[in-house]
Amino acid sequence: MLKIENLHATVGDTEILKGLTLEVDAGEVHAIMGPNGAGKSTLSYVLGGRPGYEVTSGSVSFDGKDLLDMDPHERAAEGLFLGFQYPVEIPGVSNVQFLREALNAQRAARGEEPLSGGDFLKLAREKAGLLKLDMEMLKRQVNVGFSGGEKKRSEMVQMGILGPKFAVLDETDSGLDIDALRIVGDGINQIMRADNKGVLLITHYQRLLDYVKPDKVHVLADGRIVKTGGPDLALRLESEGYDGIMAEAA
Amino acid sequence: MTVTALPTTREEDWRYSDAEFLKQADPVVIHNWRTVTVLAGETVREVQNYLPVDHPDGVMERVRVHVGAGGRFESFATLAGNHYGRVEVEVTLEDGAHFEFGGVTLGGGDSVQEFVTRTKHAHPNATSNQVIRAVQWGKSVGNFLGRIEVARDAQKTDAGQNFRAILLEKGATANTKPELEIFADDVLCAHGAAIGQLDEQARYYMAARGIPPHIARKLLIQAFIGDAFAELDDAEQREAMLDHALAALDAGAM
Repeated sequence: MLKIENLHATVGDTEILKGLTLEVDAGEVHAIMGPNGAGKSTLSYVLGGRPGYEVTSGSVSFDGKDLLDMDPHERAAEGLFLGFQYPVEIPGVSNVQFLREALNAQRAARGEEPLSGGDFLKLAREKAGLLKLDMEMLKRQVNVGFSGGEKKRSEMVQMGILGPKFAVLDETDSGLDIDALRIVGDGINQIMRADNKGVLLITHYQRLLDYVKPDKVHVLADGRIVKTGGPDLALRLESEGYDGIMAEAA
Repeated sequence: MTVTALPTTREEDWRYSDAEFLKQADPVVIHNWRTVTVLAGETVREVQNYLPVDHPDGVMERVRVHVGAGGRFESFATLAGNHYGRVEVEVTLEDGAHFEFGGVTLGGGDSVQEFVTRTKHAHPNATSNQVIRAVQWGKSVGNFLGRIEVARDAQKTDAGQNFRAILLEKGATANTKPELEIFADDVLCAHGAAIGQLDEQARYYMAARGIPPHIARKLLIQAFIGDAFAELDDAEQREAMLDHALAALDAGAM
């Protein structure tokens, strides 16, 4: 479903990704863990097409299409969702307006009819309920005045409404308290656990993986995947730290 | 100065104006002041959309307003066009009166659009609030000159002024000149000014959710200019002003 091959990417003059190869099949959840500065967030931004992140070589195909050839909004319309580590505040634009524009732009790009106001609100209410986010929050401006946890839950509501095929979630668990972590974990499972969907979870901690069970765990260090294993790899990382695992991989 | 003399850009109140326009202007038009009197306790609201379709040769609107005790004068205006446009409001406030101003300039090409306000807090307890937003592209210029005068016995004055500009392209300009002349000692006068570009992070966030660049820009500009109409408490009028402004933006070939 998502196939990354020998990806090299730079930010400014610095090479951050140095030959990253990774494949996620439909129906799978993969976790990427790794020390600070390994390139985890860079990977998510490169996949999302963020300006300033330049791919120097390698390829990424998404459902057989060249992802790197698409503009960011086209990637979204193809069904790629990027969960932000730091969701952006947009003063003056309500969540409802933002998400309705987004959903209908995606539908238009796919040749589908726009969703009516009533149908959209029904969908939004359902997904907000899933993440236990008050519908009133969706009437407020995008992320303005939201707590860290509310921003992350709101991201998952966005994911629920947009219904992507593939989600790259960059530290969606950071800033969440224990209850919110469970709610977000359950939300990810309900929205993305399906035979035709895939998830790449970028995280620092094993905790989220208690709720969203990964099929594979990858260790990203110095711009490449240095080790891949099952869910037990995350547990070992938690107890042994990166140093031991990476020494073993070297 | 005789009444027929034309102002020049050497004068402070005209320093950012369109010099070419001033040379050829009709003195009668330039020196024509409309007057509005707001009786004590009453409210007068003016909503104006100066759009190029109605004003192909530009806009020269100067109005002198006197607001009686406890009265309220509200003025909301969008100034968009291809030529020189100037809306000038001089307001004198009596005890407890209020002046509300919301203005938006939208311009491209080599147009010059400007709001000039002179708010005279002549008596105690009066309040004023001004929110001006400028969206400029091409080689256009958007100006706001705002002067607030607080007389010696105008205690408990509360005056606010906020100007922000977004320059969509290199070559566009915004000028602002807040002037606060305060002779009373128990007053609140706040002013802020900022000139910048559309928020890149917000644009990318929108793109990441599937919103194409032209719609993202429209949403961000709508949110930006919406500030100027926030105090217009008639939703229908507010929506209409936003629609006019966005249509002017679209027509500006941006």
